[in-house]
Amino acid sequence: MIENAELYQSIIMDRTKNPRHAGRPEVFDAQAHGDNPLCGDRIHLFLRRDGTAVSYEARGCAIMTASADLMADAVAGLSAVEVAQRRTAFEAVVNTGTPDPSLGDLNALSGVSEYRSRIRCATLPWSALAAAFEDCKHG
Amino acid sequence: MSAAVKSEFLDVAAIRKDFPILSQLVHGKKLVFLDSAASAQKPRAVIDAMVHCMESQYANVHRGLHWMSERTSDAYEAVRDKTAAFLNAASREEIVFTRNATESINLVAYTYGRAILQPGDAVLVSEMEHHANLVPWQMLRDAHGVELRIAKITDAGELDFASLEQQFADGRVRLLAITHMSNVLGTYTPAERLAKFAHDRGAKILLDGSQAVVHRRVDVQAIDADFYVFSGHKLYGPSGIGVLYAKREILDSMPPFMGGGDMIASVSYERSTWAKPPHRFEAGTPAIIETIGLGAAIDYVNAIGFDAIAEHERHLTDHALNVLSPLVKILGRAQDRGGVISFTMDGAHAHDIATLLDRQGIAVRAGHHCAEPLMGRLGVTSTARASFALYTTRDEIDALAAGLIRVKQIFA
Repeated sequence: MIENAELYQSIIMDRTKNPRHAGRPEVFDAQAHGDNPLCGDRIHLFLRRDGTAVSYEARGCAIMTASADLMADAVAGLSAVEVAQRRTAFEAVVNTGTPDPSLGDLNALSGVSEYRSRIRCATLPWSALAAAFEDCKHG
Repeated sequence: MSAAVKSEFLDVAAIRKDFPILSQLVHGKKLVFLDSAASAQKPRAVIDAMVHCMESQYANVHRGLHWMSERTSDAYEAVRDKTAAFLNAASREEIVFTRNATESINLVAYTYGRAILQPGDAVLVSEMEHHANLVPWQMLRDAHGVELRIAKITDAGELDFASLEQQFADGRVRLLAITHMSNVLGTYTPAERLAKFAHDRGAKILLDGSQAVVHRRVDVQAIDADFYVFSGHKLYGPSGIGVLYAKREILDSMPPFMGGGDMIASVSYERSTWAKPPHRFEAGTPAIIETIGLGAAIDYVNAIGFDAIAEHERHLTDHALNVLSPLVKILGRAQDRGGVISFTMDGAHAHDIATLLDRQGIAVRAGHHCAEPLMGRLGVTSTARASFALYTTRDEIDALAAGLIRVKQIFA
């Protein structure tokens, strides 16, 4: 095993290879698109059941894909306000590298703080999620 | 010194000592810098020349009547002579200093494009251009009604001459603007053949030499290039200095790019008249120190010699293609290619590859390499890219291969 590869720990590789929430649902309430022009990462998010269930179609790196999948777990059943709070807490974790006990598996991405150019990969699904909630409001 | 460092063409170990940055550690590992196609590292000679300029021979150029200004102007203008000789231009007046190759192309698009090209004329680029040789022509198209056409490449990553022929068929192409070496595929384009092809059909040719000029001797007269552009920072010189070569009669016909000091013959409130080329295109105080640095970089590569550089890099490239082919999918397989190798790995995104290699001290580029349309043509969204320079060793390529095996283990 490679040294200093903490970022690519088993939770992340597992979510990348075996995503739980990938795929376009037949019925959804809202959707939003996110992309990172620097690397071509793309994600399309779908909100179901009044925004309490998230699924996505993603094309991108392991960090972005795992982040999307973990996010879908972490926001299940939450209100829009609670989701916004989680997003703030998550962004603090990936920027500072300090895990937040309330975030559970999302802390697997805390190592991204050491890779400045990759923080955006981890936060992209969350920006798309915020946009999807906007779509919800207007839709 | 290990045997792998001393090639029969170059004393790479000695050369590496000229580049202070190469002895640095990254993440506690020896730096393996395989991103020279983005920007090359600088030899001591370039650093010293720039420091010397600031410490002992600096004033504004072309203005002062005092000793310091005259000396600085002489040093600045001597680099024009050096650059002219470097490209084998017919005269020093054919060398215009810009900020980089991008600015050189924008200059041509803005002045030649608007003053000489007419609405309805077409500019032809290829599918393997850097954005720098695509976007300025799109802007010209939108502002001036010039048509922009794209010549295809083959699956091997070479220019498709049948497509070229087709694009020229209606006689409206007036300018072929094309790379001399792809920054993604490493493909060299046949510059002389292309120039003749364009000229036979009544068109001019602009070559983007940003990559090519680093690895091969370029002779703009032998090519019969109308325009040739490159950047100093890829040629072991500083950033902030670039070159536009253009044939004298073409430069004479072009209006200025930017207005200001140094580019005028006379100025009154009613009207101004323009200086002759090259000064017509060098408004304002130029990048004096960077130009001096470019001169030192040209001296540096000339002293090593392009025969040795090309031979060394050819062997590196052959070795890299051999050791990387079983590990990754290499994009493009042009017959005539240089040391720029783009690749993908099944299941692993280019950015993940680059991050994992970085932790081993290996610097590669990942992304679309400022060539998004080419990514589409190749059916990928991004690639990882390793690129070689005169200071690259076989050991470094072996380190890359070992690093990729580890990436493969993680993504298996």
